[in-house]
Amino acid sequence: MLNPGQGRGPDSAGVAGGVSSNSDPFPAGLRVLVVDDDPTCLMILERMLRTCLYRVTKCNRAELALSLLRQNKNGFDIVISDVHMPDMDGFKLLEHVGLEMDLPVIMMSADDSKAVVLKGVTHGAVDYLIKPVRIEALKNIWQHVVRKKRNEWNVSEHSGSVEETTGERQQQRDDGGDNNSSSANNEGSWRSSRKRKEGEVDEQGDDKEDTSSLKKPRVVWSVELHQQFVAAVNQLGVDKAVPKKILEMMNVPGLTRENVASHLQKYRIYLRRLGGVSQHQGNMNHSFMTGQDPSFSPLSTLNGFDLQALAAAGQLPAQSLAQLQAAGLARPSSLAKPGISVDQRGIFSFESPKIRHGQQMMMNSGGGGGNKQMNLLHGVPMGMEPRQFAGGGHMRLQQQMSGGGRVAGQNVQSSGMMMPVGGGTSMLQSLGQQQQQVMLSSSVPRRSELTESSSSCRVLPAAPTHSVVFNNFSSELPRNSFPLASAPGISVSYQEEVNSSDAKGVTATTTTAGFGNPSYDIFNDYPQHNSNDWDLQNIGMVFNSHQDTTAASSAAFSCSSSTQRKRAEQVQNHHQQQHLPSQSLNQLNGGGSVRVKSERVAETVTCPPATTLFQEQYNQEDLMSALLKQEGLPLVDNEFDFDGYSIDNIPV
Amino acid sequence: MQRQVALIKQSLFDQGYLDEQFMELEELQDDANPNFVEEVATLYFKDSARLINNIEQALERGSFDFNRLDNYMHQFKGSSTSIGASKVKTECTMFREYCRAGNAEGCLRTFKQLKKEHATLRKKLEQYFQLARQAGPKEIARRPK
Repeated sequence: MLNPGQGRGPDSAGVAGGVSSNSDPFPAGLRVLVVDDDPTCLMILERMLRTCLYRVTKCNRAELALSLLRQNKNGFDIVISDVHMPDMDGFKLLEHVGLEMDLPVIMMSADDSKAVVLKGVTHGAVDYLIKPVRIEALKNIWQHVVRKKRNEWNVSEHSGSVEETTGERQQQRDDGGDNNSSSANNEGSWRSSRKRKEGEVDEQGDDKEDTSSLKKPRVVWSVELHQQFVAAVNQLGVDKAVPKKILEMMNVPGLTRENVASHLQKYRIYLRRLGGVSQHQGNMNHSFMTGQDPSFSPLSTLNGFDLQALAAAGQLPAQSLAQLQAAGLARPSSLAKPGISVDQRGIFSFESPKIRHGQQMMMNSGGGGGNKQMNLLHGVPMGMEPRQFAGGGHMRLQQQMSGGGRVAGQNVQSSGMMMPVGGGTSMLQSLGQQQQQVMLSSSVPRRSELTESSSSCRVLPAAPTHSVVFNNFSSELPRNSFPLASAPGISVSYQEEVNSSDAKGVTATTTTAGFGNPSYDIFNDYPQHNSNDWDLQNIGMVFNSHQDTTAASSAAFSCSSSTQRKRAEQVQNHHQQQHLPSQSLNQLNGGGSVRVKSERVAETVTCPPATTLFQEQYNQEDLMSALLKQEGLPLVDNEFDFDGYSIDNIPV
Repeated sequence: MQRQVALIKQSLFDQGYLDEQFMELEELQDDANPNFVEEVATLYFKDSARLINNIEQALERGSFDFNRLDNYMHQFKGSSTSIGASKVKTECTMFREYCRAGNAEGCLRTFKQLKKEHATLRKKLEQYFQLARQAGPKEIARRPK
């Protein structure tokens, strides 16, 4: 699975997985990609990095670097790039990497002016080195990788499946608390687990190993499941919803209170995040969303906003989308505004296609209106790099599945939540990484949404693609360095927040090669969700797993990040151009008209199907179907039965 | 021989041709990469020659596209800094200042100076490396830690 790097030899740590647990070679073997048009610098850096025992790949052109990253999604742990390059601006590359692969990116330049350094920060760089770079500065770059991974871990931990994933980590720590956290304690457990994480700085090696050994089945929060969840939450009232009641209302066999609890936590965080995001972005989706329903205006704006943010970010993990949708869906019950929910769902599913990686497919499978959410979930893993998924994903998923008391809202990554039930395993895996991201984003936005308005839909649906959701999330939550192209502010805050908050996007590119393989396989199960689908959904949401800094895992988007951006733009354009559709969409009227529009949108938007999806989702479930059709994904109704809850693959 | 090598190197530092960065590079050299520094220097001179050419052409055109000149110089400065070419770096900085000020004449003047420094450094380093190679790889004095 991972391993692209220049093989340094068996001892290179890259793949932590099952390597000897005793000797932790980390950070040796860290797979670094260096990009600089200056051959002298490149040579020197390579030598320095080799001296640090890293596995170095050098590249003198940004485009080449991007394609390298895309080809080896899980091939690198961190990227170091020069700012001034002839073929592409270093910051642009930074954005792409952050969105698509969610790898941590370090910028460097001989230019040490404050403005440029600040630019690095706002674009999501995890660090900025001034040339001449000294080897001491390079010796510590592994911290960015670890940090990202830790955030992912946090997410997964919170989801509650402490036992499995956290594996050693947990063992080392007192693992009692997390699993038992009840809804009331979710936050606490979340915090404590986070604390534990903090204390693990030197256990990086363990992390890798842990992830690889995780095998417990996780609950996959498919779109359907999520919708059910959101519906239950809305019925109970966001603030009053307790896992126990939600569980009862959902009446899903096999779901534990812990699963719900952790999912709820994430959802709350997501909503909260959505609330925050809307302030920033809001333009694109805004129009889109607001149209839906005047009463929902606060929501719709938020939705629009979120979506936009998401779209912009392109990174919203499918999960978040799903969550959003779920939230949206849930809303209708509470708000009695079915229209919106539909959208949400649509968005959700819409987003799923966005999932950068193949995982998007999963989302699409969600198809169908109500199922949109499900789709998202499935697809969620998309953005995330398999690596993340592998390690984190599993963990996360597991956690979610087990419903760990910890609702690591932010740890959306705990793919558990996000994973669509239907998609089950595949989603989980692919989602793993993406989910994490998505989850984070979704959990956050949801929370904000919930808090902001009863209509949870707002936030989520807005983000047609998971990635979008993710973005919102990122903006709200400091998840992994989630570079949001469109919302630089968000990404920035996001990254910073990541450290502070538990919600860690999934982006952490897990170098530990341990995981990831299984997830990828699963992904393949959802052929329909090809990246194309994702692209559609992720309008503008360049879902770059973070990477986060981590961003390392490169998501192979069928559409390049630029495409996504285009999509985002297209989406925006669509909104603008299709006033009618958007309006109709916004209005959430029966959606019939919307549906038409959305389809149209989908058609018009070739590249970013997301746009169309976006609209469609908003309007109705039908939109989703339409979108899916357009995307060519077979609508898998069975998977996304809103009513039905099917756990297709529960990763074991 | 070794002493000779060491002396030459020391003089390069003393005269300001090289700075600590060069020493950093030397530290990267080891048995597995015995000629690292020389390789880097060779690469640097090759690349910088190209840059100088570009700048020269740009200047000769007389259009004085300061932006582009500044870009070139930024690159040049970057690599010069990385290798520790101190004097060259200084000239680069000055050149960029003139560019920003739109001072064409200043640019030309500085550029001439820069070329001179560049050539001088090249010669000296070539000399140094030659001697060092003769003295044997181990003799390439690594800065004592």
